[in-house]
Amino acid sequence: MLLLFGETVKALPLAWRQRRKIAEQLFEIGNASLFMACTLSLFIGGVLSLQAGPLLAQRGLGSLLGGLVGESLTKELGPVMMAILLAGRIGSAMAAELGSMRVYQEIDALRTLNINPVHFLVLPRVIALSVALPCLVIFALLTGSAGGALVAHFNQEVGVSASTFFNNLKATLELRDLFHGMIKTFLFAVMIGVVCCNQGLQTIGGPRGIGRSVTKAVVNSIVFILVLDYVVTRLLLPLAKFHG
Amino acid sequence: MTPPAPADPGIAVQVHGLRKAFGSQTILDGIDLSIRPGEIFVLMGPSGAGKSVFLRHLIGLETADAGEILLNEVKIGDEGVRERFRLAMVFQSGGLLNSLTVAENVGLYLSEHRLRPPAEIRRIVAEKLALVNLTEQDALKYPTELSGGMKKRVAIARALVIEPQLVLYDEPTSELDPLVALTVGREIVHANRMSGATTIVVSHDRDLAFGIANRIAFLDAGKIIAVGTPAEIRASREPLIQRFLAADFAPHANGSGTRSAKDAGPAQVGRREGEVS
Repeated sequence: MLLLFGETVKALPLAWRQRRKIAEQLFEIGNASLFMACTLSLFIGGVLSLQAGPLLAQRGLGSLLGGLVGESLTKELGPVMMAILLAGRIGSAMAAELGSMRVYQEIDALRTLNINPVHFLVLPRVIALSVALPCLVIFALLTGSAGGALVAHFNQEVGVSASTFFNNLKATLELRDLFHGMIKTFLFAVMIGVVCCNQGLQTIGGPRGIGRSVTKAVVNSIVFILVLDYVVTRLLLPLAKFHG
Repeated sequence: MTPPAPADPGIAVQVHGLRKAFGSQTILDGIDLSIRPGEIFVLMGPSGAGKSVFLRHLIGLETADAGEILLNEVKIGDEGVRERFRLAMVFQSGGLLNSLTVAENVGLYLSEHRLRPPAEIRRIVAEKLALVNLTEQDALKYPTELSGGMKKRVAIARALVIEPQLVLYDEPTSELDPLVALTVGREIVHANRMSGATTIVVSHDRDLAFGIANRIAFLDAGKIIAVGTPAEIRASREPLIQRFLAADFAPHANGSGTRSAKDAGPAQVGRREGEVS
């Protein structure tokens, strides 16, 4: 996997040559995930408000709800949930596609044409994921905040107006919070791309092998997302404290 | 990368002591072969004899445990071999990229290596597709819309675009009905005549082998047990070869059996034994 990552990084200067494939992948990712990402984050924002709102309201801290929801979404839930969504929806498709290409000798055919499968198949996918996932997270933040505000406004137990919610969110959220979230998101995207492509390229044994690769790709991606989430948060925390 | 030059003569292939094992199973057990430039060389043998694995070694998709393969005296695996020689392989399944159209598949080598401008690639693709009797309408189709025989012909066209000096065919007539198999056999001979490329065909199709080969080698359990012209192979006293050639679905006496290689004449692919060279 590290080897594939290294090869992909080395192939980066060739990215412009693969722009058509990158655009195709971007379209596929966006097309397959945007609606799902927005729906998911709308409810994540809503449930955050529903859980935290009454507790804060009981203590007279209801006005802080917007900041809490915004911070949680930006730094943690947005990147992690969207990465898990993409691993399941796009990563699995990538592993299945490359796996079937491997099983049905398409990868071998590329090699005989002196075409490097990493340049031709892996690079466009990893780049497209690295662009698409941060964009999806931004959409998720917007819809997630809207979901949080809706629940805060209409739920009797919370009783925080939408304007109070958004005012607090604006006051609390800083650019470095977004930076924190985007760094995570980018790393998750690269990791999902490399793990899923690697799993696809390693496929052996026909249709059952493809199934095994897809399962492994998704499970490994989710495990790596959560491990990487902890590591990156740990590394970025001193930065937040320093600025704070 | 340099653009493919006009057809050069085929290259000589020398194989010395080639060995390969997967785990405890020996697949190739010390293969020695010498294949002449420009000839059609057919490697026959029963299923599981190691034919396809041998072919994958020739194009560098597998690494041998021992032994060496030389292309015009240059060892496969040496730096720059792929740049020095133009090699192509037609896979058993065709190996076409399902996400690309027929035209994109055929022109992939030229477009990906940026060897020709797009307009010229289109012209070359049309020319090569015409060589294998495929139309402009076929060029717009995706591989999933093609029959098995058409896929093989597209794969042959894709190989021809490289203007190869060595072409490898892995079971080119498997899963094809006799008439389509005949067409594919003719395409192989035609491509060999047009390009002068050394052609190595792996097959257990007796009719194809005896119809197109200049020489045939017989592989069994990872070892070459006989090499010679079709006539020499037919006359071989090796029991396995005798059984392989005589194997028939039913006795000829009742007229219902499939034809054996003994009566499957070279005319099946439109030429006589040893005619190509």
